[in-house]
Amino acid sequence: MIDFVLGHYAYWFTIILLAIGLYGMLIKDNLVKKIIGLSIFQTGVILFFVSVASKWDATVPVKSEAFPITEVSNYMNPLPHTLMLTAIVVGVATLGVAFALLITIYNRYETLNEQELLEKIQ
Amino acid sequence: MIGSDIPALIPFTFLAFAILIPLLGLWKRQLSYYWAVLGAAIATGLSGYGFYNYVTETETIRYFFGGWEPPIGIEFVYDGLSGFIVLVINAIALFVLIHSRMIGKTEFPGKVTGYYSVTMLLMLGFNGMVLTGDLFNLYVFLEISSLASYALIGIGEKRAPYAAFRYLIIGTVGGSLYLLGVGFLYTITGTLNIIDMTAMLPEVISNSAVITALVLIVAGIGVKAALFPLHGWLPDSYTYASSTSSALIAPIGTKVAAYVLLRVVLYLFGVDIVDTAIPITEIIGVLAGIGILYGSIMAIAQSELKKMLAYSSISQIGYIIMGISLANPFGFIGAVLHVLNHALMKACLFLVAGNLRLKEGHSDITKFDESYRKKYPWTMLAFTTAALSMVGLPPLAGFFSKWYLALGTIENGSWLLLAVILLSSLLNAVYFFRILEKVYLRNPESDEDKAGILSSLRSNEVKPSMLWTTSVIAVGILAVGLLNAFIVSAIVTMFPAGL
Repeated sequence: MIDFVLGHYAYWFTIILLAIGLYGMLIKDNLVKKIIGLSIFQTGVILFFVSVASKWDATVPVKSEAFPITEVSNYMNPLPHTLMLTAIVVGVATLGVAFALLITIYNRYETLNEQELLEKIQ
Repeated sequence: MIGSDIPALIPFTFLAFAILIPLLGLWKRQLSYYWAVLGAAIATGLSGYGFYNYVTETETIRYFFGGWEPPIGIEFVYDGLSGFIVLVINAIALFVLIHSRMIGKTEFPGKVTGYYSVTMLLMLGFNGMVLTGDLFNLYVFLEISSLASYALIGIGEKRAPYAAFRYLIIGTVGGSLYLLGVGFLYTITGTLNIIDMTAMLPEVISNSAVITALVLIVAGIGVKAALFPLHGWLPDSYTYASSTSSALIAPIGTKVAAYVLLRVVLYLFGVDIVDTAIPITEIIGVLAGIGILYGSIMAIAQSELKKMLAYSSISQIGYIIMGISLANPFGFIGAVLHVLNHALMKACLFLVAGNLRLKEGHSDITKFDESYRKKYPWTMLAFTTAALSMVGLPPLAGFFSKWYLALGTIENGSWLLLAVILLSSLLNAVYFFRILEKVYLRNPESDEDKAGILSSLRSNEVKPSMLWTTSVIAVGILAVGLLNAFIVSAIVTMFPAGL
């Protein structure tokens, strides 16, 4: 049991991050805090990919005299990390759009508190 | 030969115009409308040509980017199903964009350049989602189209930015869940290519990570498709967005998400797995059934035309997803046919809502009366055609997809779902005939000489560019209904393996 918990600590970490992100989005009233939660949620997914692809005692997949090429386990799979670069860019774009919307909302209603906002919209 | 490059050319057209429009907008801003229409026209022409090629030769085109073959490279796959969906969404987008000229001038003056550029990005995302043969690419295109749709929804009434913000939060969670699911599948199979993965999945199906992945992907895409408990973002977004945005996103956006669900459930995992090993079809079937009834009942309660249409969208998406969940040939035909039919019907109805908003400044159902019939005879005729098609009156298009879905439920012996289809047709009739009754039978409120008022009213139709697009789509509904035998014979060639 203790091995199960300790052996999968990267996954537990991912799950905790996802939970914190969801908590921020669902419970927090401030819209900026909701975006922070969103960002944590996305980061959780990104860290999941990175942790899946990481490997002990392995190195970058560059062909070199210093590393024996025949042994595949000497190298890390670069693809998940590369994919996550794209996912990070997507996350940044999402944040940009979200902040642009928040600026519009603030200019129109002069509040970023969801409860006050809902009252003003009514 | 242009034929083999079709899968890459269609999204590339939209990408090129998304960059061209802001550049040319610096020179003459008013021309951006024409550039957007030109871009959509070229893409529609290419998809039409590609689909004609497919029908005559029945050959799947696999386009390898940079000449790298999968699993190393990225590919776009143009088979019957993706070609069909691409043709439908591009043709609808072309009509909606032609229609959008006056709406652009009244609802978002001064923003036309950016608006049309974002529209092109939206279509790039949708086309990419349909054509890509790679699960991670699908995520990227999903986010491109989502970001574009947040922006398009944000341009609108005063409440639009808040609706767009809520959609952003929910939509990004959906996208992230999808990505997480893809991560699970990648760690198990070691590939992202859909065709490769299809071959590998049956061997690893007992792995619990695969089951988790399927659940996460269905949940993530279900948000985008507005599958019943995940639909919360949809009504406000469609209602407060500008008329063109909702006419563009409502018929196309949810359809593309439903297509991805179809692709993942029936092609990637395959009928055998989703029916027996992981009984997820039962779950989404029940959710679709609840969604159909929920959407119809909520639509009856609305007094605003666009909001009513938004709730009706939730119900209609339920039909498509129910067709997927049946996992038999009739259900498949019904689902694919309903993608086409509902795209036409919803586009027509939202265009009518746009026409009314332009002329009357509102689309409040309680204010409708007989004068609308006199003022907008053709718009109302188009509305009636689409409404009757939604209810499911033969020979209009809506009848045939419901017919195939009903046959599918009978084949599976799921009588409850059959009852849902029949009941929801009645509910559709309730909320559409409520409007038709007002437009064709109710007298204007004022007590003065009513006949005099009515006879003094003249036709006050919208501009021809708006009127004929609405009418052509309405005629299209009738044409698709009459020609449905040909369309079904084309759909039959698209069956996934094992159906």
